[in-house]
Amino acid sequence: MRLKLAATAIAAACALPMQASADGEVNIYSYRQAYLLEPLLNAFEEDTGIETNVVFAKKGLAERLEREGRNSPADLVMTVDISRINELVERDLVQSVENDTLEKNIPENLRHPDGKWFALTTRGRLIFASKERVEEGEITTYEQLADEKWNDRICTRSGKHPYNIALFSSMIAHHGEEQTEEWLAGLKDNLARKPQGGDRDQIKAIHAGECDIAIGNSYYYGNMLNDENQREQAEAVRLVFPNADGRGTHINISGIALTNSAPNRDNAIRLMEFLSTPKAQRIYAEANTEYPANPEVKPSGIVAEWGEINPDDLSLQEIAENRNAAVKMVDRVDYDN
Amino acid sequence: MTEAITAEQTGADSPLLARRTSKRWLITAALTTAIVVLPVLSVIIFALFPEENIWPHLLDTTLPRYLTTTLQLMAGVAIITLTIGLATAWAVTMCEFPGRRFFEWAMLLPFAVPAYVIAYVYTSLLDYAGPVQTTLREWFGWRNAADYWFPEIRSLEGATLMIGLVLYPYVYLLARAAFLEQSPSLFAVSRSLGHSALSTFFRVVLPIARPAVAVGLSLVMMETLNDFGTVDFFAVQTLTAGLFDTWMNLGNLGGAAQIATTMLAFVVILVTLERYSRRKQQQFAARDNRDPIRRFTMSFPRQLICVAVCALPVIFGFLLPAITLGQYAWEYFDESWNTDFIRNTLNSLFLSGTAALTTLVVGVTLAYSRRLHNTRGMQIMMRLSSLGYAMPGAVLAVGVIVPLAAFDNQVDSIMRDTFGVSSGLLLSGSAFALIFAYTVRFLAVSAGSVESALQKITPSMDMASRSLGHTPGQTLVKVHLPMLRGTLITAALVVFVDVMKELPATLILRPFNFETLATYVYQFASDEQLAHSALPALIIVLAGIIPIILMSKSISGTRSIS
Repeated sequence: MRLKLAATAIAAACALPMQASADGEVNIYSYRQAYLLEPLLNAFEEDTGIETNVVFAKKGLAERLEREGRNSPADLVMTVDISRINELVERDLVQSVENDTLEKNIPENLRHPDGKWFALTTRGRLIFASKERVEEGEITTYEQLADEKWNDRICTRSGKHPYNIALFSSMIAHHGEEQTEEWLAGLKDNLARKPQGGDRDQIKAIHAGECDIAIGNSYYYGNMLNDENQREQAEAVRLVFPNADGRGTHINISGIALTNSAPNRDNAIRLMEFLSTPKAQRIYAEANTEYPANPEVKPSGIVAEWGEINPDDLSLQEIAENRNAAVKMVDRVDYDN
Repeated sequence: MTEAITAEQTGADSPLLARRTSKRWLITAALTTAIVVLPVLSVIIFALFPEENIWPHLLDTTLPRYLTTTLQLMAGVAIITLTIGLATAWAVTMCEFPGRRFFEWAMLLPFAVPAYVIAYVYTSLLDYAGPVQTTLREWFGWRNAADYWFPEIRSLEGATLMIGLVLYPYVYLLARAAFLEQSPSLFAVSRSLGHSALSTFFRVVLPIARPAVAVGLSLVMMETLNDFGTVDFFAVQTLTAGLFDTWMNLGNLGGAAQIATTMLAFVVILVTLERYSRRKQQQFAARDNRDPIRRFTMSFPRQLICVAVCALPVIFGFLLPAITLGQYAWEYFDESWNTDFIRNTLNSLFLSGTAALTTLVVGVTLAYSRRLHNTRGMQIMMRLSSLGYAMPGAVLAVGVIVPLAAFDNQVDSIMRDTFGVSSGLLLSGSAFALIFAYTVRFLAVSAGSVESALQKITPSMDMASRSLGHTPGQTLVKVHLPMLRGTLITAALVVFVDVMKELPATLILRPFNFETLATYVYQFASDEQLAHSALPALIIVLAGIIPIILMSKSISGTRSIS
């Protein structure tokens, strides 16, 4: 009976998998939620008839890709942060793509020099200020976040979150480690509460009066405005594009890379091309209120209303390189406690 | 009617059982253990090759806090789960009060609520912007946070409470089964010798139930140690948080594996200590267990206390979260309701069912082999095979990928070299990989409970069966399995509910386009919008209820009660 049970279980288990390797497909490992990709992939399928298959996870996909090696069914990896995608390059899991369409659509500073990754969208890491309690122009730079006047008035999510790590990395790139650590310790002293929750929670905290200043990605604000249950909370804050008059606002990217194994290489490159076209870029811009990477496409309605963004032209590569230094700095200033 | 309780080591490891047994069971058990331990071994191997030595930095900065927080969390959860679990198990087993039959199964309801869901729900209810504080502010005219004090839900205490509320059913379940199995005459004897009910509980009932309670508590402790969703959401910095930080932020998988291995060692030491402390105990269940339990009849105020003790955990661990989810599901119904819904539910049910069955078969095989060959080696194998539970799911998942991908690529190389065709990946990225991962992870649940139940069956049963000409296999099927029915169903259903909720390993190992209810909910929860997937979250909870009711019925059914 034991054997029979086990055999039945295993047979049932093997009947289920949908190994995707037939023609007319492209397989994606995604760090970005599948439901956010759906409108784009549907449009691609409609245009080309090529089917797309997705696995979404926030960790472990690089390890899976690495271990599957040359037999990995994955063609593309999509990420939401520069250091994730840079890690793929460092571990030699992705290959170069030379492609005229991609090089025309994606500006040089938003792709890897050898075409090992391409940004698809950018997002600013902005400052949100209470409309009630913070004057317009009272805060205009990241550096000012460490000013004593904001003592007990700032909220952020965990300093270890990749979005904050990237921001701190960019500070290290601009000011060096020593000065950045001083700044970070100052920011930590100004926190109104222990870092917690996500970016939306910081906006909610301003609405609730717990703090006056928060740091967050632009699209969280946009998406809150689009959700009627959260609109009131979002309307309590004013957007500040930090360092707009100076070096520019820190941006991060969501991007795409071609794996080494890429069994459906041609289809995968067609998808990469498609995602860089104005049609797909417009969907990105509207569905998740992000900034299109393709300069020909203008930001969608509400994003356009926020005004122009002047992005910091620091190379993303450099931000990725400072990651470890930033992570350890967060521990040293005890940011999360 | 019970023989040899807490007696010195007796005929339990009687050589009679082992000598007359072929080596088949031993070999099967050894092979199974070898396969099941592979993922854990992979992680240990990772630990040998870190990107950089992480310990100096950790020791200088966060490690002391990680350790303190972890120990505080574990101690707090242990106290909560033991208090709720034991008190309610005792109440529904031994006391007569209105609603007792309802609470018998209702006590298990919080088990169906994933910890990350309950954490989300309570945060949205209790944080500054939530309805509770907003209402209080309106009533008392407070303007902002500085005007009053309110307990912070996103804290160590909050996390302890959340985790304790959804994990106490482990203790309840195993304690109740153990209480039901105890002979009521023991209790009567203790009372007639002058002990109060309370004193009898601590001196007689609890010591006899201890192996089962220890299994339940060790499951709770391991789940607590490995929890990432709740502590991350609450910004409580445990070792697990440090582990994921090392892995994902510092890109140091080896360093993360070292932390995981340290945690593993910690669990092994805890479990060993518990076992060592009762090494001289040997328990066998009564031969005739049909003696009816006579419940206490109590005064009305005492009945009320019983009702309150049982109702509170259910209200806070289940009712309130379910109602809140229901409300969200209503608000966001159009977004929640789509056609993938049924498919995801079926996927979840299929995986949970298959994993429950597989885990049970493997668990029984191991536990029974140990009964046949009660050697040191077999004991070690039992422990080794249960290690998967002591590791965070995402780390274990990477450990699962390693042997499976190595196997696939090896087969593929051979196929390419000899036949010139590629066989590609056979097991990786298939449902098999998921079932394998679940088995490795949840084997501790089934093997542990089957083992502790088997220990209570007197060896004279085996002897009688064997002397009547049955093989060990026939003895298992005809004698032990029927006697273990309650335990088997319980173990299978616990695994079922656990797999239903399992998230990190499922995310990493699943095939393309494959969603379970849990992964579907996580997509939204991880994007800070759990409310949008409240409907599937509610279904996880509801789908967990059905096995819970079955489970409870089957346990009551193992015992006649008057």
